[in-house]
Amino acid sequence: MIANYLQRVGLRTFNVLATMGHAVLIYLKVVFGFSRLSIFIPLLVRQMYVVGVQSLLIILVSGLFIGMVIALQGYQVLVSYGAEGSLGPMVALSLLRELGPVVTALLFAGRAGSALTAEIGLMKATEQIASLEMMAIDPLRRVIAPRFWAGLICMPMLATVFTLVAIYGGKFVGVDWLGLDKGTYWSLMQASVEWQQDIGSMLIKSVVFANVVTWVAVFRGYHCQPTSAGISKATTDTVVQASLIVLGLDFVLTALMFG
Amino acid sequence: MDRKKQLQQRRIEIAVGLFVVLAVASLAILSIKVATWGMTGGQDTYTVYARFDNIGGLKERAPIKIGGVVIGRVTGITLESEYYTPVVELRINSRYSELAETSSASILTSGLLGEQYVGITPGFVIDDIAMLTDGDYITDTKPALVLEDMIGQFLYSQSDD
Amino acid sequence: MIDKDTDNLVVIDSLTFSHGERLIYDNISLSIPRGKITAILGPSGIGKTTLLRLIGGQLEPDAGHIWFDGQDVPNLGRRQLYQLRTRMSLLFQSGALFTELDVFDNVAFPVREHTRLPESVINTLVMMKLEQVGLRGASKLMPSELSGGMARRVALARATVLDPELIMYDEPFTGQDPISMGVLVSLIQDVNQNLGSTSVIVTHDVHEVLSIADYVYVMADKTVIAQGTPEQLQQDNSEQIQQFLQGKPDGPVPFHYPANALHDQLRELAG
Repeated sequence: MIANYLQRVGLRTFNVLATMGHAVLIYLKVVFGFSRLSIFIPLLVRQMYVVGVQSLLIILVSGLFIGMVIALQGYQVLVSYGAEGSLGPMVALSLLRELGPVVTALLFAGRAGSALTAEIGLMKATEQIASLEMMAIDPLRRVIAPRFWAGLICMPMLATVFTLVAIYGGKFVGVDWLGLDKGTYWSLMQASVEWQQDIGSMLIKSVVFANVVTWVAVFRGYHCQPTSAGISKATTDTVVQASLIVLGLDFVLTALMFG
Repeated sequence: MDRKKQLQQRRIEIAVGLFVVLAVASLAILSIKVATWGMTGGQDTYTVYARFDNIGGLKERAPIKIGGVVIGRVTGITLESEYYTPVVELRINSRYSELAETSSASILTSGLLGEQYVGITPGFVIDDIAMLTDGDYITDTKPALVLEDMIGQFLYSQSDD
Repeated sequence: MIDKDTDNLVVIDSLTFSHGERLIYDNISLSIPRGKITAILGPSGIGKTTLLRLIGGQLEPDAGHIWFDGQDVPNLGRRQLYQLRTRMSLLFQSGALFTELDVFDNVAFPVREHTRLPESVINTLVMMKLEQVGLRGASKLMPSELSGGMARRVALARATVLDPELIMYDEPFTGQDPISMGVLVSLIQDVNQNLGSTSVIVTHDVHEVLSIADYVYVMADKTVIAQGTPEQLQQDNSEQIQQFLQGKPDGPVPFHYPANALHDQLRELAG
């Protein structure tokens, strides 16, 4: 009974390790496995359109609203200490250091990550992946690599756009609505935001998160059971796992950079 | 390739191009309007030290100011091993390298509840006075004003009367 | 050592393969002659498709050899395997067309990937292949706009566009109406004669395939139970083969999935 249980645990552990090893191997192959550039670049552009441009709307809208909400809530707290002048720094720092990269990554996992998983899973279920292999074309290079690189490039760009829009959303509420001085908002923000520390951390975090989310998405798709149940499970797994890893890693990165 | 496909391909390329432009522009606006290029790296700096009796609530990365203008950052706070006096490491932008040895450093507070920073009052430059260089100590320092101590002293002097 | 004789393009030698814990092939041997149409018949669910994937090197056998023109497929390195695959093509049951490309680009796809021919040459080549399968007029349709039979014809054009030596068909007739079945049968014959390539058809549609096959293997129960020309098979009076060829519902291949006796189970249910 106990031996049985232990055996199951052992097998489980072994399976998890094997999957992780496989994931790392494929990762290296995808990152360094360019096919001919004349073929790769058009594919990359197409995927950047799917992954990046088509995620832009949700990023812009949620950025605007998140910025507005932070400003509104922050104002209520700060005003009771007579420190409403610090609204600018508060909005900018919370967005640059945490919310920009994290919320972008979560939205990206839900919007683009799940779509990537479903698309690749469907290609597998309809034998398109196997068919590529039989045509002597490596699906990792032809299908996975352009999608992965597109995600890697687009997510930091989306995070930047998101953060900027949110800061303007905060300005809209703080300055145009609640009547804070425009000069105070911008100048105090500028005095407390430092390029390397704050914008740098946004970029570093979003590059790390881009790796995680895109990687989870393509790996889940590439390894799903090629059935409709398998694809829907893989899609859910992508969103759940990518989000959890992003939140966990965010804590680790914050501890490393600001701790 | 026929025309329809070419047009579609072009549309995608233009959209992606605009997206890239938008992202780069966002980064530029963030850099110019929202952030300052910090003092902790990238630019030339030099480091001086100052002993204080009490640093109050001074933290690493606190700004160093002359007349309200930021000229550097606090990069380290340690205790000297012999007498346990706090030593503050000050990294100052090389643009402001002409500070006389007679300059004084004090720990000040911005506003009643604001953050603490190191204020520097430049000393007079007379012929035989050298400039502060890397590794020098600022000897003329004023400790932080600790509010609790001040209130304590005030109450003590009141009860004396 | 097996005969790697020049008459056979593919030789499978004492191959054993299991999927997870389920044994699928138990020590089978068969050979596929060059330039001929070889049919592999058998009831569904015995892993005939698996055999094609083994030949293509997508799956690895537990034991045994698969010789393709003198090269042992399971022991090839990745690069050699990919090299080898350019000489064969597999027509998947679903067609496996790329859903984001139209018919023309689907057929042009292997050419663009494997050669650097100018676009005008590709255009001619693709149009010729589409003409051969009668779908030149459909070159701008998307795969989602095609019927099942048309999708398979496009897939056939794509599979033959680089003139492979070996073409493998995975259940090409399944789910087709009589007309498109007839079209596919004559197309397969055409392709075989025009390209001089070797064809392997895996199927359970007995009558269609017997009309074009040169040599037939019948598989059941993890192994090859009969082989020969279509005429030889028709005259075989083994019960199992006649059941399969004539489509009798019950016989050596039972109608019932293995279970304990019905009255036992009823008695159990009654308590």
